[in-house]
Amino acid sequence: MIKFKNIAIAGFSIALAFGLAACNNNKKLPFYGQREAKVIKDKDGHESIDTVYQTIPDFKLLNQDSVVITQDQFKDKIYVADFFFTSCTTICPTMHRNLKTVYEAYKDNPEVAFLSHTIDFKYDKPSVLKKYAEKLGVNTQKWTFVYGSKDEIYHLAEHNYLVAVQEDSTAKDGYIHQGWLVLVDKHKRMRGAYDGTKTEEVEKLKKDIATLLAEKE
Amino acid sequence: MRKTILFTVFWLTVAAIVYSCQDASEIEKAKYMSNGKDLYKTYCQNCHGENGEGLGQLAPPLTDTVFLKQNKAKLACIIKNGTNEAMTINGKAYQGKMPDFSNLHDIDLAQVIVYITNSFGNNQGMYDYQKVTADLQNCK
Repeated sequence: MIKFKNIAIAGFSIALAFGLAACNNNKKLPFYGQREAKVIKDKDGHESIDTVYQTIPDFKLLNQDSVVITQDQFKDKIYVADFFFTSCTTICPTMHRNLKTVYEAYKDNPEVAFLSHTIDFKYDKPSVLKKYAEKLGVNTQKWTFVYGSKDEIYHLAEHNYLVAVQEDSTAKDGYIHQGWLVLVDKHKRMRGAYDGTKTEEVEKLKKDIATLLAEKE
Repeated sequence: MRKTILFTVFWLTVAAIVYSCQDASEIEKAKYMSNGKDLYKTYCQNCHGENGEGLGQLAPPLTDTVFLKQNKAKLACIIKNGTNEAMTINGKAYQGKMPDFSNLHDIDLAQVIVYITNSFGNNQGMYDYQKVTADLQNCK
Protein backbone atom coordinates (compact mmCIF):
# COMPACT_ATOMS: atom_id res chain seq x y z
CA MET A 1 0.00 0.00 0.00
CA ILE A 2 2.79 2.35 0.98
CA LYS A 3 4.57 1.49 -2.22
CA PHE A 4 1.55 2.37 -4.31
CA LYS A 5 1.22 5.68 -2.51
CA ASN A 6 4.88 6.52 -3.21
CA ILE A 7 4.48 5.72 -6.86
CA ALA A 8 1.33 7.80 -7.03
CA ILE A 9 3.10 10.77 -5.43
CA ALA A 10 6.07 10.44 -7.76
CA GLY A 11 3.80 10.24 -10.76
CA PHE A 12 1.82 13.25 -9.64
CA SER A 13 5.01 15.29 -9.12
CA ILE A 14 6.30 14.42 -12.57
CA ALA A 15 2.99 15.35 -14.15
CA LEU A 16 3.00 18.63 -12.22
CA ALA A 17 6.55 19.42 -13.35
CA PHE A 18 5.59 18.83 -16.99
CA GLY A 19 2.47 20.91 -16.56
CA LEU A 20 4.42 23.83 -15.12
CA ALA A 21 7.04 23.61 -17.84
CA ALA A 22 4.31 23.73 -20.47
CA CYS A 23 2.79 26.83 -18.84
CA ASN A 24 6.11 28.64 -18.84
CA ASN A 25 5.43 30.78 -21.90
CA ASN A 26 7.33 33.90 -20.92
CA LYS A 27 10.76 32.43 -21.58
CA LYS A 28 13.55 34.98 -21.67
CA LEU A 29 16.86 34.94 -23.44
CA PRO A 30 20.05 35.60 -21.46
CA PHE A 31 21.99 38.85 -21.57
CA TYR A 32 25.55 38.86 -22.93
CA GLY A 33 28.55 41.01 -22.08
CA GLN A 34 29.47 43.08 -19.02
CA ARG A 35 26.85 44.19 -16.56
CA GLU A 36 26.93 46.51 -13.61
CA ALA A 37 24.70 47.27 -10.70
CA LYS A 38 23.45 50.83 -10.56
CA VAL A 39 21.81 52.39 -7.56
CA ILE A 40 18.71 54.31 -8.53
CA LYS A 41 16.55 56.54 -6.34
CA ASP A 42 12.83 56.78 -6.83
CA LYS A 43 10.97 60.02 -6.21
CA ASP A 44 10.51 59.28 -2.50
CA GLY A 45 14.26 58.91 -2.08
CA HIS A 46 14.17 55.14 -1.69
CA GLU A 47 17.23 53.51 -3.15
CA SER A 48 17.07 50.35 -5.17
CA ILE A 49 19.52 48.49 -7.37
CA ASP A 50 19.06 48.10 -11.08
CA THR A 51 21.18 46.03 -13.47
CA VAL A 52 22.67 47.82 -16.45
CA TYR A 53 23.59 45.55 -19.34
CA GLN A 54 26.18 46.11 -22.02
CA THR A 55 24.74 47.81 -25.08
CA ILE A 56 25.92 48.48 -28.62
CA PRO A 57 27.04 52.14 -28.73
CA ASP A 58 26.03 54.59 -31.46
CA PHE A 59 27.85 54.14 -34.71
CA LYS A 60 28.14 55.89 -38.05
CA LEU A 61 29.02 53.65 -40.94
CA LEU A 62 28.62 53.72 -44.71
CA ASN A 63 26.11 51.29 -46.13
CA GLN A 64 26.25 49.55 -49.53
CA ASP A 65 24.79 52.68 -51.17
CA SER A 66 27.49 54.92 -49.60
CA VAL A 67 24.88 56.45 -47.30
CA VAL A 68 25.76 57.00 -43.65
CA ILE A 69 23.66 54.85 -41.35
CA THR A 70 23.32 55.03 -37.58
CA GLN A 71 21.39 53.08 -35.00
CA ASP A 72 18.25 54.94 -36.09
CA GLN A 73 17.91 52.31 -38.79
CA PHE A 74 17.47 49.65 -36.07
CA LYS A 75 15.06 51.61 -33.90
CA ASP A 76 12.34 49.28 -32.56
CA LYS A 77 13.93 46.35 -34.36
CA ILE A 78 15.90 43.36 -33.26
CA TYR A 79 18.81 42.53 -35.51
CA VAL A 80 21.45 39.94 -36.23
CA ALA A 81 24.99 41.28 -36.69
CA ASP A 82 28.06 39.58 -38.11
CA PHE A 83 31.55 40.29 -39.44
CA PHE A 84 32.75 39.00 -42.80
CA PHE A 85 34.47 40.06 -46.02
CA THR A 86 33.45 39.48 -49.61
CA SER A 87 36.59 37.70 -50.82
CA CYS A 88 36.56 35.28 -47.88
CA THR A 89 36.53 31.68 -49.03
CA THR A 90 36.59 29.93 -45.68
CA ILE A 91 33.74 30.41 -43.22
CA CYS A 92 31.88 33.41 -44.69
CA PRO A 93 30.06 31.66 -47.54
CA THR A 94 28.77 29.06 -45.09
CA MET A 95 27.79 31.74 -42.56
CA HIS A 96 25.85 33.70 -45.14
CA ARG A 97 24.30 30.59 -46.66
CA ASN A 98 22.97 29.77 -43.19
CA LEU A 99 22.06 33.35 -42.29
CA LYS A 100 20.13 33.61 -45.54
CA THR A 101 17.79 30.87 -44.31
CA VAL A 102 17.07 33.05 -41.24
CA TYR A 103 16.56 36.04 -43.56
CA GLU A 104 14.10 34.02 -45.66
CA ALA A 105 12.20 33.02 -42.51
CA TYR A 106 11.85 36.62 -41.24
CA LYS A 107 11.98 38.73 -44.39
CA ASP A 108 8.34 39.77 -44.07
CA ASN A 109 8.68 40.76 -40.42
CA PRO A 110 9.43 44.50 -40.15
CA GLU A 111 10.79 44.05 -36.62
CA VAL A 112 13.73 41.93 -37.73
CA ALA A 113 16.86 43.18 -39.54
CA PHE A 114 20.32 41.98 -40.49
CA LEU A 115 23.63 43.86 -40.38
CA SER A 116 26.88 42.57 -41.89
CA HIS A 117 30.12 44.47 -41.29
CA THR A 118 33.04 43.96 -43.63
CA ILE A 119 36.45 43.66 -42.00
CA ASP A 120 38.26 44.13 -45.33
CA PHE A 121 38.67 47.90 -45.17
CA LYS A 122 41.08 47.84 -48.16
CA TYR A 123 38.95 46.19 -50.81
CA ASP A 124 35.30 46.00 -49.69
CA LYS A 125 34.18 49.51 -50.55
CA PRO A 126 30.40 50.16 -50.61
CA SER A 127 30.14 49.36 -54.34
CA VAL A 128 31.73 45.95 -53.73
CA LEU A 129 29.28 45.32 -50.89
CA LYS A 130 26.37 46.28 -53.10
CA LYS A 131 27.42 43.82 -55.77
CA TYR A 132 27.86 41.13 -53.13
CA ALA A 133 24.36 41.71 -51.74
CA GLU A 134 22.88 41.53 -55.24
CA LYS A 135 24.65 38.27 -55.94
CA LEU A 136 23.65 36.83 -52.60
CA GLY A 137 20.11 37.75 -53.57
CA VAL A 138 19.01 39.79 -50.55
CA ASN A 139 17.14 43.07 -50.11
CA THR A 140 19.52 45.62 -48.60
CA GLN A 141 16.67 47.45 -46.85
CA LYS A 142 16.35 44.37 -44.69
CA TRP A 143 19.91 43.04 -44.71
CA THR A 144 22.33 45.94 -44.67
CA PHE A 145 26.04 45.73 -45.42
CA VAL A 146 28.35 48.31 -43.89
CA TYR A 147 31.83 49.60 -44.44
CA GLY A 148 33.95 51.51 -41.93
CA SER A 149 37.55 52.31 -41.16
CA LYS A 150 39.67 49.56 -39.66
CA ASP A 151 39.64 51.24 -36.23
CA GLU A 152 35.86 51.68 -36.14
CA ILE A 153 34.95 48.20 -37.32
CA TYR A 154 37.58 46.31 -35.34
CA HIS A 155 36.69 48.22 -32.19
CA LEU A 156 32.98 47.51 -32.67
CA ALA A 157 33.72 43.84 -33.27
CA GLU A 158 36.00 43.22 -30.35
CA HIS A 159 34.69 45.56 -27.66
CA ASN A 160 31.00 45.75 -28.46
CA TYR A 161 29.87 42.65 -30.30
CA LEU A 162 32.64 40.54 -28.70
CA VAL A 163 33.72 38.94 -31.96
CA ALA A 164 37.43 38.44 -32.60
CA VAL A 165 38.67 39.84 -35.92
CA GLN A 166 42.22 40.29 -37.14
CA GLU A 167 44.31 41.10 -40.15
CA ASP A 168 46.70 38.20 -40.75
CA SER A 169 49.09 38.03 -43.67
CA THR A 170 49.67 34.32 -43.08
CA ALA A 171 45.99 33.44 -43.54
CA LYS A 172 45.02 32.46 -47.09
CA ASP A 173 42.58 35.34 -47.53
CA GLY A 174 44.49 37.88 -45.41
CA TYR A 175 42.10 38.03 -42.43
CA ILE A 176 40.96 35.74 -39.68
CA HIS A 177 37.77 36.18 -37.72
CA GLN A 178 35.08 34.36 -35.81
CA GLY A 179 31.80 33.38 -37.36
CA TRP A 180 29.41 34.52 -34.63
CA LEU A 181 25.95 35.73 -35.47
CA VAL A 182 25.07 38.14 -32.67
CA LEU A 183 21.43 38.74 -31.76
CA VAL A 184 20.68 42.29 -30.53
CA ASP A 185 17.38 43.29 -28.92
CA LYS A 186 15.38 46.52 -29.26
CA HIS A 187 17.36 48.09 -26.40
CA LYS A 188 20.70 47.38 -28.13
CA ARG A 189 21.54 44.61 -25.68
CA MET A 190 23.15 41.38 -26.86
CA ARG A 191 20.88 38.43 -26.28
CA GLY A 192 22.54 35.59 -28.14
CA ALA A 193 25.58 34.49 -30.15
CA TYR A 194 25.45 31.59 -32.58
CA ASP A 195 28.15 29.91 -34.63
CA GLY A 196 27.07 30.77 -38.18
CA THR A 197 28.90 27.80 -39.66
CA LYS A 198 26.78 25.25 -37.78
CA THR A 199 23.27 24.60 -39.05
CA GLU A 200 21.96 23.45 -35.66
CA GLU A 201 23.06 26.71 -34.00
CA VAL A 202 21.44 28.70 -36.79
CA GLU A 203 18.20 26.77 -36.22
CA LYS A 204 18.44 27.81 -32.57
CA LEU A 205 18.88 31.43 -33.69
CA LYS A 206 15.62 31.17 -35.65
CA LYS A 207 13.79 29.94 -32.55
CA ASP A 208 15.43 32.53 -30.31
CA ILE A 209 14.35 35.37 -32.62
CA ALA A 210 10.76 34.21 -32.14
CA THR A 211 11.29 34.07 -28.37
CA LEU A 212 12.83 37.54 -28.34
CA LEU A 213 9.98 38.98 -30.42
CA ALA A 214 7.48 37.53 -27.97
CA GLU A 215 9.37 38.73 -24.90
CA LYS A 216 7.49 41.18 -22.73
CA GLU A 217 9.38 44.32 -21.79
CA MET B 1 31.34 -36.79 -67.00
CA ARG B 2 34.80 -35.76 -65.90
CA LYS B 3 35.12 -33.58 -68.95
CA THR B 4 31.88 -31.77 -68.12
CA ILE B 5 33.05 -31.04 -64.61
CA LEU B 6 36.41 -29.74 -65.79
CA PHE B 7 34.66 -27.66 -68.42
CA THR B 8 32.31 -26.16 -65.85
CA VAL B 9 35.14 -25.42 -63.42
CA PHE B 10 37.14 -23.76 -66.19
CA TRP B 11 34.35 -21.44 -67.21
CA LEU B 12 33.47 -20.68 -63.62
CA THR B 13 37.08 -19.63 -63.06
CA VAL B 14 37.03 -17.42 -66.14
CA ALA B 15 33.77 -15.84 -65.02
CA ALA B 16 35.18 -15.25 -61.53
CA ILE B 17 38.27 -13.55 -62.96
CA VAL B 18 36.21 -11.29 -65.20
CA TYR B 19 33.84 -10.51 -62.37
CA SER B 20 36.64 -9.67 -59.93
CA CYS B 21 38.24 -7.37 -62.49
CA GLN B 22 35.03 -5.43 -62.81
CA ASP B 23 34.88 -5.44 -59.08
CA ALA B 24 38.36 -3.96 -58.85
CA SER B 25 37.41 -1.03 -61.06
CA GLU B 26 34.26 -0.53 -59.02
CA ILE B 27 36.36 -0.54 -55.85
CA GLU B 28 38.73 1.98 -57.41
CA LYS B 29 35.83 4.29 -58.22
CA ALA B 30 34.38 3.89 -54.74
CA LYS B 31 37.77 4.86 -53.33
CA TYR B 32 37.86 7.97 -55.53
CA MET B 33 34.31 8.82 -54.48
CA SER B 34 34.93 8.57 -50.75
CA ASN B 35 38.24 10.48 -50.82
CA GLY B 36 36.67 12.96 -53.22
CA LYS B 37 33.83 13.56 -50.81
CA ASP B 38 36.26 14.40 -47.98
CA LEU B 39 38.18 16.78 -50.24
CA TYR B 40 34.93 18.36 -51.40
CA LYS B 41 33.86 19.00 -47.81
CA THR B 42 37.21 20.58 -46.98
CA TYR B 43 37.75 22.74 -50.04
CA CYS B 44 34.56 23.19 -52.04
CA GLN B 45 31.51 22.91 -49.81
CA ASN B 46 31.86 26.40 -48.25
CA CYS B 47 30.91 28.03 -51.50
CA HIS B 48 29.31 25.34 -53.63
CA GLY B 49 27.16 23.83 -50.86
CA GLU B 50 26.62 20.38 -49.45
CA ASN B 51 24.46 19.35 -52.40
CA GLY B 52 26.31 21.33 -55.06
CA GLU B 53 23.56 23.93 -55.02
CA GLY B 54 25.94 26.93 -55.17
CA LEU B 55 25.32 30.22 -53.34
CA GLY B 56 23.12 32.83 -54.98
CA GLN B 57 25.08 34.24 -57.88
CA LEU B 58 28.26 34.29 -55.85
CA ALA B 59 29.10 30.65 -56.50
CA PRO B 60 27.60 28.56 -59.33
CA PRO B 61 25.89 25.24 -58.70
CA LEU B 62 27.61 22.01 -59.77
CA THR B 63 24.45 20.47 -61.11
CA ASP B 64 24.83 21.45 -64.78
CA THR B 65 25.79 18.08 -66.21
CA VAL B 66 26.09 19.39 -69.76
CA PHE B 67 28.50 22.12 -68.68
CA LEU B 68 30.58 19.65 -66.67
CA LYS B 69 30.73 17.22 -69.57
CA GLN B 70 31.67 19.83 -72.16
CA ASN B 71 34.32 21.38 -69.93
CA LYS B 72 35.62 18.19 -68.39
CA ALA B 73 39.16 18.70 -69.67
CA LYS B 74 39.18 22.19 -68.09
CA LEU B 75 37.96 21.18 -64.64
CA ALA B 76 41.38 20.30 -63.25
CA CYS B 77 42.78 23.66 -64.45
CA ILE B 78 39.87 25.60 -62.94
CA ILE B 79 40.27 23.95 -59.55
CA LYS B 80 44.07 24.06 -59.44
CA ASN B 81 44.55 27.61 -60.77
CA GLY B 82 41.26 29.28 -59.91
CA THR B 83 39.39 31.33 -62.47
CA ASN B 84 37.72 34.65 -63.08
CA GLU B 85 36.21 33.73 -66.40
CA ALA B 86 32.52 34.46 -67.00
CA MET B 87 30.44 31.29 -67.25
CA THR B 88 26.88 30.38 -68.08
CA ILE B 89 25.62 27.60 -65.88
CA ASN B 90 22.07 26.26 -65.91
CA GLY B 91 21.27 29.21 -68.16
CA LYS B 92 22.45 31.81 -65.64
CA ALA B 93 25.47 34.06 -66.00
CA TYR B 94 28.16 33.95 -63.32
CA GLN B 95 30.98 36.43 -63.11
CA GLY B 96 33.14 36.09 -60.07
CA LYS B 97 36.46 34.93 -58.85
CA MET B 98 37.14 31.39 -57.76
CA PRO B 99 40.31 31.05 -55.68
CA ASP B 100 43.06 28.60 -56.66
CA PHE B 101 43.62 25.32 -54.88
CA SER B 102 47.22 24.91 -55.98
CA ASN B 103 47.99 22.80 -52.92
CA LEU B 104 45.95 19.91 -54.36
CA HIS B 105 47.90 17.09 -56.04
CA ASP B 106 46.81 15.41 -59.28
CA ILE B 107 45.32 12.47 -57.41
CA ASP B 108 43.30 14.84 -55.16
CA LEU B 109 42.03 16.72 -58.22
CA ALA B 110 41.05 13.45 -59.89
CA GLN B 111 39.18 12.28 -56.80
CA VAL B 112 37.29 15.50 -56.26
CA ILE B 113 36.40 15.67 -59.98
CA VAL B 114 35.09 12.10 -59.86
CA TYR B 115 33.06 12.98 -56.78
CA ILE B 116 31.54 16.11 -58.34
CA THR B 117 30.81 14.53 -61.72
CA ASN B 118 29.10 11.56 -60.04
CA SER B 119 27.07 13.42 -57.43
CA PHE B 120 24.37 16.11 -57.42
CA GLY B 121 22.51 14.36 -60.23
CA ASN B 122 25.65 13.88 -62.36
CA ASN B 123 26.70 10.40 -63.45
CA GLN B 124 29.82 10.59 -65.60
CA GLY B 125 31.98 7.68 -64.42
CA MET B 126 35.70 7.47 -63.74
CA TYR B 127 38.37 10.04 -64.46
CA ASP B 128 41.79 8.93 -63.29
CA TYR B 129 44.77 10.95 -62.17
CA GLN B 130 46.84 10.35 -65.33
CA LYS B 131 44.10 12.19 -67.19
CA VAL B 132 44.44 15.08 -64.74
CA THR B 133 48.19 15.23 -65.35
CA ALA B 134 47.54 15.39 -69.09
CA ASP B 135 44.78 18.01 -68.76
CA LEU B 136 46.96 20.24 -66.59
CA GLN B 137 49.47 20.46 -69.47
CA ASN B 138 46.86 22.33 -71.47
CA CYS B 139 45.83 24.97 -68.93
CA LYS B 140 45.59 28.44 -70.35
